[in-house]
Amino acid sequence: MNEMQPLKAEAAEAAIQREYGIETIAVHAGARPDPVTGARSTPIYQTTSYAFDDADHAAELFNLQTFGYIYSRITNPTVAVLEERVAALENGRGAVAASTGHAAQFLVGATLLESGDEFISSNNLYGGSVTQFGLSFKKLGWHCHFVDMTEPENVEKAMTDKVKFIFCEGLANPGGIVLDLEALAEVAKRHGVPLIVDNTMASPYLCRPFDHGADLVVHSTTKFIGGHGNTMGGMVVESGRFDWWQNDKFPSMTKPDPAYHGLTFAETFGDFGFTMKMRAVALRDYGPCMAAQAAWNLLQGVETLPLRMERHCSNSLAVARYLEDHPKVSWVSYAGLESNPFYALAQKYLPRGAGAVFTFGLKGGYEAGLKVVDKVNMFSHLANIGDTRSLIIHPASTTHRQLTDEQKTNAGAGPDVVRLSVGIESIDDIIGDLDQALDQI
Amino acid sequence: MPLPRSRQPHGFLTMVDVAIKSTDGHPLVFLPRHDGYADEHLRRILRGVKTFAMVGASTQWRRPSFYAMKYLTKKGYRVIPINPGRAGETILGETVYGSLAEVPDKLDMVDIFRTSEEALDITRDVIANKDEKGIEVLWMQLTVRNDHAAKLAEEAGLTVVMNRCPKIEFARLSGELSWSGINSRIVSAKRARPLNA
Repeated sequence: MNEMQPLKAEAAEAAIQREYGIETIAVHAGARPDPVTGARSTPIYQTTSYAFDDADHAAELFNLQTFGYIYSRITNPTVAVLEERVAALENGRGAVAASTGHAAQFLVGATLLESGDEFISSNNLYGGSVTQFGLSFKKLGWHCHFVDMTEPENVEKAMTDKVKFIFCEGLANPGGIVLDLEALAEVAKRHGVPLIVDNTMASPYLCRPFDHGADLVVHSTTKFIGGHGNTMGGMVVESGRFDWWQNDKFPSMTKPDPAYHGLTFAETFGDFGFTMKMRAVALRDYGPCMAAQAAWNLLQGVETLPLRMERHCSNSLAVARYLEDHPKVSWVSYAGLESNPFYALAQKYLPRGAGAVFTFGLKGGYEAGLKVVDKVNMFSHLANIGDTRSLIIHPASTTHRQLTDEQKTNAGAGPDVVRLSVGIESIDDIIGDLDQALDQI
Repeated sequence: MPLPRSRQPHGFLTMVDVAIKSTDGHPLVFLPRHDGYADEHLRRILRGVKTFAMVGASTQWRRPSFYAMKYLTKKGYRVIPINPGRAGETILGETVYGSLAEVPDKLDMVDIFRTSEEALDITRDVIANKDEKGIEVLWMQLTVRNDHAAKLAEEAGLTVVMNRCPKIEFARLSGELSWSGINSRIVSAKRARPLNA
């Protein structure tokens, strides 16, 4: 024990661990040089499976008694780097990657919900999530109560004994709505259920929901995390601070699991029990894993997340101000504008900027909306957000087409609405393109 | 029925929990410096320790203490199990002793795999055996924290770690925890190496 002498009476110093800045985390977290070759860029581990040392090693891995790789449906070294990167960016304990954001949301449901269980979701939600929760989850016996969470007491009113979590987009797609995460976290805490925040629109550079009381975060990494519009991906991040033992609502965490010889995940893995459970059961059994190549692509993108978000936000504010003054525009829903009803909440939860995705209304209604997406030149007309390129879409005729008129309006996708995802190009070119398109309607 | 709070992970332990568990009729003790530990501090401890006693080791392979003992044994540590109910049996080839005093070997560290409440009496026992066994480190498992016990141990010259699992910390500092997407909070341009390599 001769190495230990310097430790004595250095307890105060022993408690200080350096906390890295988010720009450093975006580049480094999870990615040390390859232990075998020293390769500095994260290698693409293009393999399905991993050799066991011996039968006992294999048994230990399958029993989750030791750390290691078995099969890339469950874990892969390239994917693990991205998982740790996003977990660190969110200031969380651990993360599980999925093939898409929708798959990530499914994995959360598969881990926390039994058939017959319920959850409460914000109705200010990406249209694809509305259909996933309202229609497809229903077939599995998972019942979603949609409420307007801009009034947090609506969550209280919708609460039942069967509700297992509260779900929302902190900064909502398609535009301009910012929820009071701390008020929602209070409600969740009062009822002993986790608050789950889809942080896709804000990204951890603009908002870290765990700092405001959220318990789980989900991402479509397809959007700002990857940032280049080239790769699908999803992520679930665990804060490590939710107490699964406080009530009997989470048997999948607190009861012995028959799939693992009676292992109890919240006991054995403590504050990363949810991450282990979701990976070892939901991801293993349903299989929507992220591919190594996808993880590598997303890793290239995430390194520049802070730089891109700064530009996305400054460009977006300039575009929103331009549109607000345009005679053919009836309204602009960007939470970074002083005139926006969510401006104060945006200042609190998104102090670095209100994101890059927002909507505006055209005085010419549905027809004008269709026309402006045809007349732009540099803006791409497509159904994605968070790309380096500027994107435009008319939600009522595309992404939100499957919704009822009432659902469209609730989701901020009425007939006159145009959605932008402002890119990182020269601001003069972005505004110039919109200007010439608006001239033609 | 939920397990007692003391079996719950460290993220859930509040100051109130810690304070209540720490009193035992003594003035309230709270040591904020034990809320977190520098990586280098834990690295030095885990590199320095060769042999340690695990108080509360289990003979059942499904129990977390068995997992931890097996993992750390494979990483080169000698782990000597202490469990009064299983004295004389063996776990992973090591004889189980009923108390620290019965262990015939020198011990660098004692790892407490019991509740926060029980940690106080166990700590007193560690202090009593400290000089004879050569014990330098008192480690309390994840979910186990007793600041009163820690104060007594530090006054006796022991280095104290609380509310951490040596298996998880070894895996974290060696890079293995990251394989499951867990946030190690480590930033380094050096290759990850096993701690005791």
